[in-house]
Amino acid sequence: MTSRPSVPADAPAASAPADPDAAGAGAADLEATDPVAPARRRGVVFWLPVLLIAAIAGLFLLSLLVGGRLNTLAEGWQRIPQAFTYAFAPQRLNPDAQADDLVTVMGLLRLPRTLGALLVGAALGMAGTVIQGHTRNPLTDPGILGINAGAAAAVVLSIVWGWVSSPLGYVWPALIGCALVTAAVFALSSTGSSAANPLSIILAGAALSAILMAVVNALVLSDQNTLDRMRQWATGSVSGVTLEVAAVTVPFVLVGAVLAMAQGPGLNLLALGEAVAESLGLNVTRQRVLGLLAVALLGGAATAAAGPVAFIGLAAPHMVRGLLGPDYRLLVPYSALLGAALALGADVLGRVIGRPGELQMGIVMALVGVPFFVVLIRRGKVTSL
Amino acid sequence: MSRLLAGPRARAHTTAPDLGISALRVGPWSVPFSLRRFLVGLVLVLLCALAFTLGIGMGDYRLSVPQVLRTLAGGGSHIEETVVFKWRMGRAVLGLLVGAALAFAGALTQSVARNPLASPDVLGITSGASTAAVFVITASGGTGIVGAVAGFGDNVLGVPVVAVIGATLTALAVWFVAGKDRDSMIRLVLIGVGTSMFLGAISTWLMATTNVDQAATAKLWLTGSLNGRGWGEAWPVLACVVVAVAFAGWLAFRLDALALGPDVAQVLGHGIRVAQAVQLLFGVVLVAVAVSAAGPVPFVAFVAPQIAQRLAGTPTPPLLCSALSGALLVSGADLLARTVLPWELPVGIVTAFCGAPALIYLVVKTNRKASA
Repeated sequence: MTSRPSVPADAPAASAPADPDAAGAGAADLEATDPVAPARRRGVVFWLPVLLIAAIAGLFLLSLLVGGRLNTLAEGWQRIPQAFTYAFAPQRLNPDAQADDLVTVMGLLRLPRTLGALLVGAALGMAGTVIQGHTRNPLTDPGILGINAGAAAAVVLSIVWGWVSSPLGYVWPALIGCALVTAAVFALSSTGSSAANPLSIILAGAALSAILMAVVNALVLSDQNTLDRMRQWATGSVSGVTLEVAAVTVPFVLVGAVLAMAQGPGLNLLALGEAVAESLGLNVTRQRVLGLLAVALLGGAATAAAGPVAFIGLAAPHMVRGLLGPDYRLLVPYSALLGAALALGADVLGRVIGRPGELQMGIVMALVGVPFFVVLIRRGKVTSL
Repeated sequence: MSRLLAGPRARAHTTAPDLGISALRVGPWSVPFSLRRFLVGLVLVLLCALAFTLGIGMGDYRLSVPQVLRTLAGGGSHIEETVVFKWRMGRAVLGLLVGAALAFAGALTQSVARNPLASPDVLGITSGASTAAVFVITASGGTGIVGAVAGFGDNVLGVPVVAVIGATLTALAVWFVAGKDRDSMIRLVLIGVGTSMFLGAISTWLMATTNVDQAATAKLWLTGSLNGRGWGEAWPVLACVVVAVAFAGWLAFRLDALALGPDVAQVLGHGIRVAQAVQLLFGVVLVAVAVSAAGPVPFVAFVAPQIAQRLAGTPTPPLLCSALSGALLVSGADLLARTVLPWELPVGIVTAFCGAPALIYLVVKTNRKASA
């Protein structure tokens, strides 16, 4: 590509016979700046969703078939339709038929947690993309910035004060906690030039996490019941997700997804810097407020459903960016798909390697995600966006 | 030794009189002397003594400051002697020592890396020590190879040694994973943050898999607490702090040269690889013993050297003043932790509340400076 400017001036003419449609001068200019990538990316844009959806479908089936209760794949395969009926329309089951316990396991446990993992992954993928765009920092995600810790602190506070008792009630406090910490992070990241400095944002996030976790610890240590609930929740697992929890989560994720998708063009402008974005007609304050809302909805819903799960929001946008380039209009939806696939993959992997118990999704993501993070750092991708 | 001490340092100081440094000379020996540093150190010592006496006096059987002083001098009643020497003094001493050890280690790593952000907390060394200890606490008594290893660590080696091993392994891992990037502070710190998260996940998982009592023990320990600690935990820390303080002169001399940058230090005739390795080793061991005694009391290693540096007006964190301010920080935080709420908080919660805003402040200030 670097040799392109040095080729003779008749190069466009030479390439014209091969591609008669690109004979226009504008097209030739466009091609001259980046002759390979657009064509390749068009292909990727088409193939990537197909591949991702296929991967998600495969993982979905695998997730229904694999679990703590041993069964052959064929056994599970035959019972998939029954499991769906059991989960969604139990009244249509034949009441006289003997309830097959594998159907019960699949319908009652594996199907809800699969849906939960997909929701959580998609939400975190989008939240990570939006927050990377706003902080202009490729190394951030809701876990690293302390947003998960904010949700955790809010959830624990509401447990201790007796406002909520079941995972169904975790959503609202988690949402508020997420929103507050996101606002703090945005405020810090727009002070000075920290937008250009990944280190400071990450350290500020670590400091925020430390304060919030101190709150959590102070409360948890005074009450062993809360500790018992908290220590399971803190691993980040979808094993406790029921259909009701998933149903409560869906509307938040949907609204958040719409907001996040709408952020795309604005984030593309913000990538040029706040001043440039403003001069190009972007209402930066409105963009920030809506972005904050999107992150709070997506991050809060995901954290309420599964507990703190780090690195999905870091890895998903990063991988998509490597394939598709920095266009946020594409990054947001594709990160959602990839995040869903990553979360479900981590959940299934945790069930396979953690036998006879399971390794929680958040732990698997941390064990896989940190080496990924380190590789990113070592490859020198700590420059600003 | 005399050749080293009479080197470029003395001349450098004569050309920088605004630091207020003069030299005390006895024969071939000379020690730089700064009135400001001396006064700061003196004030810190007095404040530490105050926190120490208040800490001893506090509790169900309340003692006034004169009573404590009289007992310490040997003139107390029998019950006062029991309370002071047997019950309370171990904890008060441990608070001072843990603070001193953490702050000393923080001053070393911050000086070696020439960056205030490079404290053992941030670099993941603290997490290494605590994860190793949590593993031993939670998995000891379990079955299989894992249980046997943890039991060996718990019963044969003891938690302090295990914490030292964990901290050393983590420091080595961060060092080697950073590879050639270790000269780039940003990457070293980011790798440290990543390592902390990795180890944090393991701790979380260990706590989720054991029973709730062991989880509560591990959680209390992870928060950083002096509750129920005493002389037993204090001895290893005392030994390490004494050794570190004895070497402080040698270490500080090397650090001042390193503060000019590795190239200049090399030109000035220092074997910087050896010096850095020794300094980091001191840092790692100090952090590990402190963590093993009281848990990872957060932010002390980061904040205390910075406070000392600002008080003493030095370009790098002064080692002894840092240790003193760390001792004061932990003792004072422990006093607060015991008085601020009706029940006793772990000291780590108080230091987190004080230290995290300091980190945020430093980050924001660095940004402003960078953007100005």
